[in-house]
Amino acid sequence: MTLLKVENLTKRFGGLVANDDVSMYVERGEIVGLIGPNGAGKSTFFSTVSGYYRPDGGKVYFDGEDITGLPTEKVCLRGMTRTFQIVKPFSDMTVLENVMVGAFARSARVSEVRDRALEVLEFVGLADRRDFPAAGLTIANKKRLELARALATEPKLLMLDEVMAGLTPRETQEAVELIHRIHERGITLFIVEHVMEVIMPISDRVYVLDGGRKIAEGPPQEIAENEEVIKAYLGERYHAARG
Amino acid sequence: MAAVNTVEILVQTAVSGLLWGFIFALISVGLTVIFGVMDIVNFAHGDFLMVSMYGAFVLYSFWGLDPLLSLPLVVAFMFGVGVLTYRLLISRVLDAPMLAQIFATFGLLVFLRGAAHLIFHADYQSIKNPILSGSFELFGVTMSVPQVVAAVGAMVITGLVYWFIMKTETGWALQAVAEDKEAASLMGIDSEWMYSLAWGLGSACVAIAGVLLSNFYYIFPEVGVMFGLIAYVAVALGGFGSVTGALVAGVIIGVAEVLGGFLIGPEYKYVIVFLIYLAVVVLRPKGLMGKA
Amino acid sequence: MLHEVEVLRRFAPPRLGRFVVPALLLLLILFPFVVNAAFYVHLMILVFLFAYLGQAWNILGGYTGQVSLGHAVFLGLGAYTSTLLFEWYGVSPWIGMIAGGLVAMAFGLIIGLPTFRLQGHYFAIATIAVGESVLALFNSWDLVGGASGIYRTIVPESWWAMQFHSSKDPYYFIALGLVVTIFTVTRLIERSRLGYYFRAIKEDPDAAKSLGIDTTRYKLYSMMISAFFTGLAGTLYVQYLLFIDPEMVFLLMLSIQICLVPVLGGVGTLWGPAVGAAILIPISEFTRGYLGGSAAGLDLVVYGALIMLVAAYKPAGIMGLLRKAS
Repeated sequence: MTLLKVENLTKRFGGLVANDDVSMYVERGEIVGLIGPNGAGKSTFFSTVSGYYRPDGGKVYFDGEDITGLPTEKVCLRGMTRTFQIVKPFSDMTVLENVMVGAFARSARVSEVRDRALEVLEFVGLADRRDFPAAGLTIANKKRLELARALATEPKLLMLDEVMAGLTPRETQEAVELIHRIHERGITLFIVEHVMEVIMPISDRVYVLDGGRKIAEGPPQEIAENEEVIKAYLGERYHAARG
Repeated sequence: MAAVNTVEILVQTAVSGLLWGFIFALISVGLTVIFGVMDIVNFAHGDFLMVSMYGAFVLYSFWGLDPLLSLPLVVAFMFGVGVLTYRLLISRVLDAPMLAQIFATFGLLVFLRGAAHLIFHADYQSIKNPILSGSFELFGVTMSVPQVVAAVGAMVITGLVYWFIMKTETGWALQAVAEDKEAASLMGIDSEWMYSLAWGLGSACVAIAGVLLSNFYYIFPEVGVMFGLIAYVAVALGGFGSVTGALVAGVIIGVAEVLGGFLIGPEYKYVIVFLIYLAVVVLRPKGLMGKA
Repeated sequence: MLHEVEVLRRFAPPRLGRFVVPALLLLLILFPFVVNAAFYVHLMILVFLFAYLGQAWNILGGYTGQVSLGHAVFLGLGAYTSTLLFEWYGVSPWIGMIAGGLVAMAFGLIIGLPTFRLQGHYFAIATIAVGESVLALFNSWDLVGGASGIYRTIVPESWWAMQFHSSKDPYYFIALGLVVTIFTVTRLIERSRLGYYFRAIKEDPDAAKSLGIDTTRYKLYSMMISAFFTGLAGTLYVQYLLFIDPEMVFLLMLSIQICLVPVLGGVGTLWGPAVGAAILIPISEFTRGYLGGSAAGLDLVVYGALIMLVAAYKPAGIMGLLRKAS
């Protein structure tokens, strides 16, 4: 069953076309990757799908309903939550309070919300840091917190924007494990990632954006061998250095 | 006959509004230069104007120095006051929350106003018989000499500031620091010095406006209140940091205030200014020429 | 990089404990019976009033992060509403107080809707613009007394008319009651979804939206609560002074003083406004009392220097200081 369906999405900023006629879908229970070189329009795509920007053309369907142009907060309440490439913790709040803000999306009862947030913190492995101010966390933990906060909104679809960028190999490994465990809880995942090597092994299917347009889609193995994809990535000099 | 009179009065009023507009513009340019470079609003800006007017007044009453002659002295002094303000106060709140910044300059406002009360008392002072005085008639419109000189002076200085920021190397350095402090420092630009310069420059602008105003306007401790408020509105209206925006907004406000005051009633002249501001920012949240 | 544990320690909030608050409250209740000097009762009423106003501002400016420099408008609207209701229709100021709060709240809603899109200075200046416009309107609105204001009709003292002539004590207890109310309300907000959402909006509106928070709606809630309570105080203010004119309630300086209280004590903290008012009001009253008479202006010089010092050296306010110490 299709959970998310994006049809012919177009987003322009002034004269610049950030997303050009892009169509994608995500089945319930899948892990879908979205890759592409820097500036390909991946984050813009996420932001437009999740309601940050109004699309200039195209439709977005979620869980069988048209959510095109619906603001982010409403999209979240329907069950689609996104994280940010540049983490946005509520710095002056504690880790627990951060996650509680997410959990309040489903209930106004503080004790219930607190329990729910504690459970999520346990799940992502931040329980021992629950009374820390978010500002003091390491980058890896801030990314975990971002995930925990999104999870606390009880999404059907979790949209992760480069959660593994900037992590050490070990932290990356931990993040991958966490993603698997989130998936085991029955949450569908749509993941933007710059580094191909990380995303390929965990995705059921992969989309590739370049210059705002979809240039390929399919199972990871096919994508890895796709001429156009290789060309798009080779155009990027520092890819090797980063991967 | 009555119709002709009305037209005449309207033209006279519009001209007067325009003259005021250029003075507002110069005050606002001073404020916007500082904001543009470092994102800080100087709430004591109007009181810098007040200090400059008293400066001209003191030099006139003690040494008989006409405002035209004391202008360079007061401007140099206020340049120093601006730099000192940055060094002693503002540099400490550069990275502080907006509220701390507001209150740093607000404290300065209270301080300066209190000092003016202490030294000069609440009386209204004025400079009697300055060189620039009297009025002349042009195309049937009566204009006061000091006001025209002030407006022309304001126009010229605004142009100079624009030229300085846009066309000189130091101006480019100011822009570079405004754009990205770190990048600018990599290029060897000393941001501390640039910030000091911005404060000096902004205060010098308001000093020129103050001295020119002192030729024909009353001087009292609260004189900066309305000029300061108008300057904030003009700067926000034009778009924080935009010199052209401040100029245009200053002129719009001058004309609107005087014309609106005439057509609707003098007690509403500032209301009109504030309503224009509200209408503009509701439609364009970053002002007329602000960067989105 | 700071170690995580180190930051944790610095972040631990000061605990005022279960006993300190009731003990303090008891002391404040006993205060007018013990201290008989009218000046000190007057001083405490002012401290209460500004702690109250500072806290009402704090809900919007501190917790939700929308810096308003026009809060006097709400105070003034509340004061005028109850004054006119009493003078024209003989309505008890107690009812006028609620009505004044509601008028202020409605006005907050009206100005909040278009201005909440504005950010930072643009919003702050919009609130100044609103405040100055209302001042000018009231100054020239003859129906409500114009610039010369309204001298309240003096009636025999009674709780119904909220007028007391023989002693300031009743005003003291009304002010104390208001303070207890606003601190209780703020505490409740702090511990509810509302409070979490307000803080989230202040810290990062984009992240807040992504977690399902309708930021505009919650900013409006915050504005309405803040305006309502600010409006309530207007009635006490005018009943205490038995006179009202636009310059008394709509001045920018008053707005600034209202937000200076929490700024000094600690923005966005429960006890900040109390601490701020307890320090600021005595200083400003004493400097005015001792310095104001002989050398007008000296009080302002001291006051201004003090504000600059706090802003430049302790931008987190006094509560920030306590936080670090504990």
